[in-house]
Amino acid sequence: MLNAVKQSWLTFRSIFTGMGVTIRHFFGPSVTLQYPEEKMELPAGARARLYVNIDDCIGCNLCARACPVNCIDIETVLATQDVDLGKTSTGNPKRFWLTRFDIDMAKCMYCDLCVYPCPTNCIYMVPEYEYSEFDRSNLVYHFSNLEPEMVAEVKEKAEQEAEQKKREREEMMRKKAEEKAKKELEEKKKADEETPKNEKENRGE
Amino acid sequence: MTEYASNIHPMAAILIHAAIPLTIILVYALVAIWGERKIAGFIQDRLGPMRVGGWHGWAQSIADLLKLIQKEDIIPTNASRFLFKFAPFMMFAASYAAFAVIPFSSAYIGSMINIGVFYLLAITSILTLSVIMAGWASNNKWSLLGGMRSAAQMVSYEVPTIATVLTVVLVAGSLNLMTVTEMQAGNDTLGFLPNWLIFQNPFLIVAFIIFFISILAESHRVPFDLPESESELVGGYQTEYSGMRWAMFMLAEYADMLLLSLLGATLFFGGWNSPFGDFMSGPVWGFFWFMLKGLLLVFVMMWIRWTLPRYRVDQLMHICWNILIPLSFINLVLTALWEVIF
Amino acid sequence: MIEVISKETGNKEMVINMGPQHPSTHGVLRLELVLDGEIITKVRPNIGYLHRCFEKYAEQMDDYAKVIPYTDRMDYVSAINQEHGYVIALERMLELEVPERVEYIRVIMAELQRIASHLLGIGAFGLDLGAFSPFLYLFTEREKILDIFERVTGARLLYNYFAVAGLMRDVHPKFKADTAEFVRTFRPKIKELNDLLSYNKIFIQRTANIGVLPEKVAFNYAASGPVLRGSGVKWDLRKNDPYSIYDRFEFDIPVGTGEVGTLGDCWDRYIVRVKEMEQSLRIIEQALDGMPDEGDVMEAIPKRIRPKEGEIYVRTETPRGELGYYIVSDKSASPFRVKARAPSFVHLSVLPAISKGSLIADMVAIVGSIDIVLGEVDR
Repeated sequence: MLNAVKQSWLTFRSIFTGMGVTIRHFFGPSVTLQYPEEKMELPAGARARLYVNIDDCIGCNLCARACPVNCIDIETVLATQDVDLGKTSTGNPKRFWLTRFDIDMAKCMYCDLCVYPCPTNCIYMVPEYEYSEFDRSNLVYHFSNLEPEMVAEVKEKAEQEAEQKKREREEMMRKKAEEKAKKELEEKKKADEETPKNEKENRGE
Repeated sequence: MTEYASNIHPMAAILIHAAIPLTIILVYALVAIWGERKIAGFIQDRLGPMRVGGWHGWAQSIADLLKLIQKEDIIPTNASRFLFKFAPFMMFAASYAAFAVIPFSSAYIGSMINIGVFYLLAITSILTLSVIMAGWASNNKWSLLGGMRSAAQMVSYEVPTIATVLTVVLVAGSLNLMTVTEMQAGNDTLGFLPNWLIFQNPFLIVAFIIFFISILAESHRVPFDLPESESELVGGYQTEYSGMRWAMFMLAEYADMLLLSLLGATLFFGGWNSPFGDFMSGPVWGFFWFMLKGLLLVFVMMWIRWTLPRYRVDQLMHICWNILIPLSFINLVLTALWEVIF
Repeated sequence: MIEVISKETGNKEMVINMGPQHPSTHGVLRLELVLDGEIITKVRPNIGYLHRCFEKYAEQMDDYAKVIPYTDRMDYVSAINQEHGYVIALERMLELEVPERVEYIRVIMAELQRIASHLLGIGAFGLDLGAFSPFLYLFTEREKILDIFERVTGARLLYNYFAVAGLMRDVHPKFKADTAEFVRTFRPKIKELNDLLSYNKIFIQRTANIGVLPEKVAFNYAASGPVLRGSGVKWDLRKNDPYSIYDRFEFDIPVGTGEVGTLGDCWDRYIVRVKEMEQSLRIIEQALDGMPDEGDVMEAIPKRIRPKEGEIYVRTETPRGELGYYIVSDKSASPFRVKARAPSFVHLSVLPAISKGSLIADMVAIVGSIDIVLGEVDR
């Protein structure tokens, strides 16, 4: 009986202790931020969205290779010899036209692994997080700053140059082959002059 | 007022009698649902609803109501259609009907019957039926478990509730709540305290504690909210309900909470009597004081809800049958002795 | 309604599915319960709803470092601890020396993460039992830890912060002050939690003597972490098989004592977590004192990770228990096999053994008390 009274007293006491805690919170400050009006300030290093400073990109493809989920899609075209793409701010010479540099943020898992291998520090995370979209394809960010016509032109030029190089190479190969053939022919002639006797013998009549 | 109306047409009086408590319940429900969310928010260091309607989201309940009206009324294929549809309305009807005998102010009581308390306790037991009905008709295992739990809980806790109400009736000597309130008028207990029943008699304090615990259980509030304990039974008997039918359940639940709080205020805290004697008294002030007392009890119920974890179903039964019922009956006998001696 | 007649008792039994959309199964766990009234006669956990092929992915990667973000996603509540085990395994395979400063930062981060994970675990446990407010108070504290993480790593949940023999970036200059401030403000909150929840009589009634896991059963099921310690076994890999620099710190291993009920009940497992948070605070304080201010955290990171042919098993103490990584290398750049021994998975198998004969409400408490993360169970 006494135990029961003690137990109920303890129960009531623990309930009142708890209620004391909650009433203190009731009058205490709130921690809520009213989101669109008040925003939490993200620290400088926050990883919220990938950004590419395309002017500094040399098209080395290291970031795409480092990505575990293959969300970076890069297409490069070798610049023709008559254009100079200049240098990046870090002093690396640029040799490629970046005809495509797409990052699919819907696939990205914000692991930061693409940031480290970049030789020019041109791909990095920015603390911008409000970029939800209704259409998933809008989450594919196109960083290449070339116009479609430009891309076509560049590609055509590069193709032409490649074609020309190919032709030159073929020409060279052909010349080489011709020379080689000539030599061989001469050698054969020489050999022929030396061998007819034997051959006749060999036919062995 | 009602006499005046019945002079015009007998139907008019009935309509007015029906309309006044209904208005009170509806307005209260809108305020209380918003209030509960705000209280929960403040207790949890949050803000609660802040958007709808401007200042502190005061129109949130109205917006919710509009949303619920628009929602599809889903009835499960294998449900017992009639019972499923009927249960929420029956539940609300039961708690609404009980308001007939609550004296809202010295000038207004729905029905001046002399067995008021008896009627109130009888009609609220219909709630149990409707909860079982909803649980059974949904044809869902979680609903069934919730409904059965609820039935057991409400039937059990009616016993201590009635026993404590009986204690008050014993002291007051009347079953009519108006009479019970009227006899609590005045301000001369120990010279300064109001003549409320809770100050009259030490056993009535114990009675109030038992009564309060029982009404927590009767109206399914934490720590006794087992019928709809969302972390165990998903939604209890409400699991399959949607839209307005679900809203009816919520309305009935809040109405029930108010009803029992008002009953507590009438029985123990002097009903519509002003705490300052004649100062600030009168029919309108009476209504104010009455609602204030009721809402304070509702606030305490909410405060408890956001503090405590819930009991398990067997512990709930243990508390009721092994502690509260014997205690309430002993209390009843002791009160009777006190009344005989003093 | 599926009804089964029990062979033992002759009663009609009901089969009920708890989950995968049930509010208190901590994700997507499905429990098949056979009920006799409200009493559970059989439990069968069904898993696999969150399976993401972690192990297969690891084999597909062409670099060991690319697996680290995937380890984060196993137990997303304690990502740092998951990385820790993996990088230690690789460091042992490559026989690399880890710089002093890196080790200290790692320990601080791991212990902060342990606190964050326990906060979520015990908060959700209270929530399962109907106590809503403690959950949100604890969440507020967890947010503070995540803020510290965000300032250091840039992410709030899945960090990818540990690299092999290094860290992905150095901590910011105010890191020490921030962490010390958190430690200072967090201590009183534990007391508040004890007032509000731990020693609340209703809470004790709901958890004491429920789901009792005796020491022997715990051993037989290979339980570890707080679940094992709740049964009164003093076993903590940070002490018993020290990794990193845990042997330098002074801390106790809290174990269950059966203070309010039977040894090894839900309350014991719960209180072990609460006490562990205090011990983690002690470790953090010592580590903050010992942490060298100078040093490059990235200098020791190898350019290429090509372990010798061989295999390794490394176990670490995560908030949930013993996390083991078994890595096989075939000398190529991608791992031949990465197997994770997940504590949550092991603990889930204890469930049928300890929940027979209890009520549905107890089932919720038991699932909450073993604190599983389904991401780790299914991987």
